[in-house]
Amino acid sequence: MKISINGLHKAFESRIRLGIMSALAVNEMFDFNSLKEFLDVTDGNLASHLKALEKEEFIGVKKSFVGRKPNTQYYMSKEGKKAFDEHLKALEKLIKGVG
Amino acid sequence: MKEEKDYIRDIADIRSMMERSSKFLSLSGWAGILAGIYALAGAYIAYAVFDFNPNEIVDSSINSGSLSSVLINVISLGVVILILALGTAIFFSYNKANQRGEKLWNATAKRLLMNMAVPFVTGGILILILIFKELIGLIAPFTLIFYGLALYSASKFTFEEVRMLGLTQIALGLISTYYIEYGLICWALGFGVVHIIYGIYIYYKLEK
Repeated sequence: MKISINGLHKAFESRIRLGIMSALAVNEMFDFNSLKEFLDVTDGNLASHLKALEKEEFIGVKKSFVGRKPNTQYYMSKEGKKAFDEHLKALEKLIKGVG
Repeated sequence: MKEEKDYIRDIADIRSMMERSSKFLSLSGWAGILAGIYALAGAYIAYAVFDFNPNEIVDSSINSGSLSSVLINVISLGVVILILALGTAIFFSYNKANQRGEKLWNATAKRLLMNMAVPFVTGGILILILIFKELIGLIAPFTLIFYGLALYSASKFTFEEVRMLGLTQIALGLISTYYIEYGLICWALGFGVVHIIYGIYIYYKLEK
């Protein structure tokens, strides 16, 4: 896990990754297409960001089938929740600290 | 290196994403106002034109002889109002979702409807049973109660004001179950006046 000096997670530097984590923080599960819609990104772009978060073990994947169509659901892992909370705290601190 | 304003924007983005992805925000105040007007018009027609104003749970004046014609008229009227109100709500929500650059039928809309469905369908079936058993006086109160329950359970997934709206309908429904003679008035209050007030409030708070 990479954390820069100010306590911010490198993994959350990207706006899209931050968006994914925000959506998963308040929803138990989210499928690929819904995430795509909320974030307004392309398939490839979203997939690569999801892969990155998956590699950090911040999110988990649950694959299933709805009828014949594959359905991929994403959820936040315990580590992900912890990292995201720390990131939020660090952001708040930075704003208060400067302001 | 990021600056403070970037951090502020990060936090704003996080908040907005949390809200957008967990709540259905494409409800329009106009839908509430118009639904209220339909309901008031409907209650007036039921009272003045069809002479429908049950005073007791088993209303003998409505149940005897002319039962079928009055009842069929009132039920048809109710169905027309329901379709008009739903159609209006879908139309305004569709527009609002478009403005926000979202699809109407998204994850939050599904969740909202799923959470309304059980009380809504239970109430609908119960009303059919009441009609079948000729417990006419309970129809108006029970539509209020079950509509209120549907709103209450949906409120976690949309504006928090919907919770108060639901509780108000439940209260009116309970009062009119006790005072059957005020059933139609409470119905007009709940579906009419309360909807209009709620619609105006939402409009000024969120759309103006």
